[in-house]
Amino acid sequence: RTSVYRYDVEKIPKMVIYSVLIVSKSGGLIYHHDYCSVDTEIEKTFGFPLDLKLEYSNQRITVTFGQRDGIKVGYALISINGEDISGRKLGEKDVLDEILNNEENYPINLKYCINFCRRISKFLFRFGIPKLTTNEKIVLASMFHSMYAIAALQVYSPKNKDGSKSKSSSSGIEVLETDNFRLHCYQTLTGIKFIVICDVLSLASGKDALLRKVYELYSDYALKNPFYSLEMPIRCELFDSNLQSLIEQHEKVTVSVM
Amino acid sequence: MSRSTVRTGDTKKVSSDLFALTYGSLVSQMLKDSDNPEEVNKQLDRMGYNIGLRLVEDFLAKTSTPRCLDFKDVAEKLQTAFKMYAGINPSVVNWSSSSDEFSLILDNNPLIEYVELPDHLSNLKYCNIIPGIIRGALEMVQIEVTAWFVQDYLKGDSTTELRVKFIKKLEEALPPGED
Repeated sequence: RTSVYRYDVEKIPKMVIYSVLIVSKSGGLIYHHDYCSVDTEIEKTFGFPLDLKLEYSNQRITVTFGQRDGIKVGYALISINGEDISGRKLGEKDVLDEILNNEENYPINLKYCINFCRRISKFLFRFGIPKLTTNEKIVLASMFHSMYAIAALQVYSPKNKDGSKSKSSSSGIEVLETDNFRLHCYQTLTGIKFIVICDVLSLASGKDALLRKVYELYSDYALKNPFYSLEMPIRCELFDSNLQSLIEQHEKVTVSVM
Repeated sequence: MSRSTVRTGDTKKVSSDLFALTYGSLVSQMLKDSDNPEEVNKQLDRMGYNIGLRLVEDFLAKTSTPRCLDFKDVAEKLQTAFKMYAGINPSVVNWSSSSDEFSLILDNNPLIEYVELPDHLSNLKYCNIIPGIIRGALEMVQIEVTAWFVQDYLKGDSTTELRVKFIKKLEEALPPGED
């Protein structure tokens, strides 16, 4: 068995900002853009039987068990022999039932399967972190919207030293940190949320300024565009390009600081 | 950091003459479209409201002002805004005893720089876009107000006085996490 690691140097993230999202007052995703996707894709040749457990969930075939050779649990199957998979189908055939598992369970198809396997004696699989679809992003954005509201509930209200109550309720989530990324959120007085997702290593201090600048760009290039209607998704090229150059500029500054 | 690619924060200065003339041609066009000055007043107010809804974001983004907690704050912020967008510094006078109403005295209003109202347009509120802007902008930060002119320089008063009255706080529209 040979394994092919695809590790394109060009694809190693140089930029530290992954995505920018804007969520409207009502929780709708009105803008999202990925500036740098961490697509670690791995190709590997497998014979039969497969020593990975694959399952179909959320419209993807994902690895559920049997992590090995850089193929991690949670990775999705992207293509077989260079042919892209859509949903759970490869061309006309169902990947899980007809291609991968059928050999033992359905002897009636054995011949076909053997033929199939003989023709291409080994499968070349490509795995990778599944990309979020736009729908999923919309769902996540509105989920974050409600989590923000939950965080803002008046649950803990410590007293100040002089006995007076501090602010009657907390703000929402401003920073959310994980092993792999950090999410910064800034909500304007009018209720729009600007969200920047960046890596954990980049300096947290510059992010507030960045978020404010994104707000400025929004007010300049989205709101002053007469063809943009409020609360609707932002499709303004000027906004895109200005945001892009802002992000690039920010990268340079951050890198030089680090 | 090159300032040429991303222009943030620098408010571009334009000639107030250009602004005044553009507004003048807008109003005269509206009067051509509709003979009824009352209708024009209403349209100007509506246009102002729509401008205000958007303009407030620009103001907030460029000034990073905190939330207003009383009406005195609001008056102050409106003064700042007039300075930013019209280049004038109106004075705040005539507070009502319950401090929910005040007047802005607009001297040197750039909109009326070259304007004289003809006699048959005595009903026209030439600057009616301004109360609309104020109403729209404050509505976006959850403060409902009404604004109207009590004195108008164009109608022979000694000055232009804009009255602003607080109606209510729009609690249901308050985004969570902002208190």
